[in-house]
Amino acid sequence: MGGTRSWTWHMAAAVVLLFVLGMHMLIMHMAGTGHWFAPYGTEPSSMRNSLFRDENPFFIFAYILLLGVALYHGLYGFRTIVFELTLKPATEKAITIALAVIGLGLFGLGTWAALVAHRIALAGAGG
Amino acid sequence: MAEAGKAVRQIAFHVTRYNPERDRVPFVTSYQVPVRQGMTVLDGLHYIKDNLDATLAWRYSCRMGICGSCGMLLNGRPALACNTQILHIANANLTVKPLPNFPIIRDLVPDLQSMFDKHRIVEPYILHANEAESDFWAGEFYQSTEQLKSYLQFSYCILCGCCMAACPTLATDTRYLGPMPLAAAQRYDADTRDEGRHARNAVTDAQSGVSHCHYAGECSRVCPKGVDPAKALQLLKRSLVLDYLHLGRQTSPCKKLQGPGNGTRLPDIAAVPKKTA
Ligand code: SF4
Ligand code: SF4
Ligand code: FES
Repeated sequence: MGGTRSWTWHMAAAVVLLFVLGMHMLIMHMAGTGHWFAPYGTEPSSMRNSLFRDENPFFIFAYILLLGVALYHGLYGFRTIVFELTLKPATEKAITIALAVIGLGLFGLGTWAALVAHRIALAGAGG
Repeated sequence: MAEAGKAVRQIAFHVTRYNPERDRVPFVTSYQVPVRQGMTVLDGLHYIKDNLDATLAWRYSCRMGICGSCGMLLNGRPALACNTQILHIANANLTVKPLPNFPIIRDLVPDLQSMFDKHRIVEPYILHANEAESDFWAGEFYQSTEQLKSYLQFSYCILCGCCMAACPTLATDTRYLGPMPLAAAQRYDADTRDEGRHARNAVTDAQSGVSHCHYAGECSRVCPKGVDPAKALQLLKRSLVLDYLHLGRQTSPCKKLQGPGNGTRLPDIAAVPKKTA
């Protein structure tokens, strides 16, 4: 299951992406519909509202999930486009390794940032 | 309506010419062709060969959309020359080029070998777990109308290569198997007499396989036989995904009726006439 395995995950990532991007649109750009998860003032991206969400493990999970699926979907899509140029197998292998390293690096960095934000938010809430 | 047989319009045929032994690159030569109502592009090419330029080369055989040998690019669209009436696609000018995505052997003759090679590796025939059964079928295999319909459309392919010429993915990635071989794989995978789906998966699932298809649908738009290869490829993708998730149907070949002629005849099928000699 070579192409099918990556393609299935690519499609599954797209579905998850739709869900988490929908959440992002609702919270950040459709505040008028009900100030979802942004109880302080009118600006959903204000520090207080951000800290409010960062306290919640669900949001930390959602950030990490969004990062993971966006990276996988984007980098796999990019790889597919580049591979259509009929490159040499060695070049394709190098590109795959480079993209995997970039993807894992960015995922690690983003996960660390989300966890630090969670810790700061909890510390703030604790006084 | 114009009288059949009488020329109704002069059409300029702009034909790509190329002789690899002589020419560095393809070039275009124009010919004026008097066109009658109902005349096909193939007729037009014959007119050129008979009256204007005997050196023009193209490939054809049946003249009736059956053999699949006269595929070419007509006004930018892959089509069968014998199946396309000139006045349906041209007012004054008609460009005639060889099918893209294939090397040119000469003038309008594409080299379809790469397509035939890809077709061969999907094993486009009924495979049986029991090899003896493949070589010497000992009975009839019952197939319902529904089971027949699941692959019938895909079996109309005449291997003309028009879909391969239209496929944008194949245009950039020559390793991609392409719509015709993959549709052929689905044709046999869907056939209840076949047990070769898992063997074919190894080819259709490879990096150059069906996951490369972007579902642009150009292959189906140009197919002169209504095969709808894009649909076949999406069905193939679905079955590969289900197999990957271990949700695919287990291959269970249709019921074998022992001995030819021992099956129950369906009510709307007439009996074989009595032998007269
Ligand atoms: S649907 Fe797939 S096979 Fe057909 S032309 Fe598009 S990319 Fe090619
Ligand atoms: S699927 Fe259609 S266009 Fe493609 S080779 Fe078969 S008949 Fe020709
Ligand atoms: S000559 Fe046979 S398909 Fe056109």
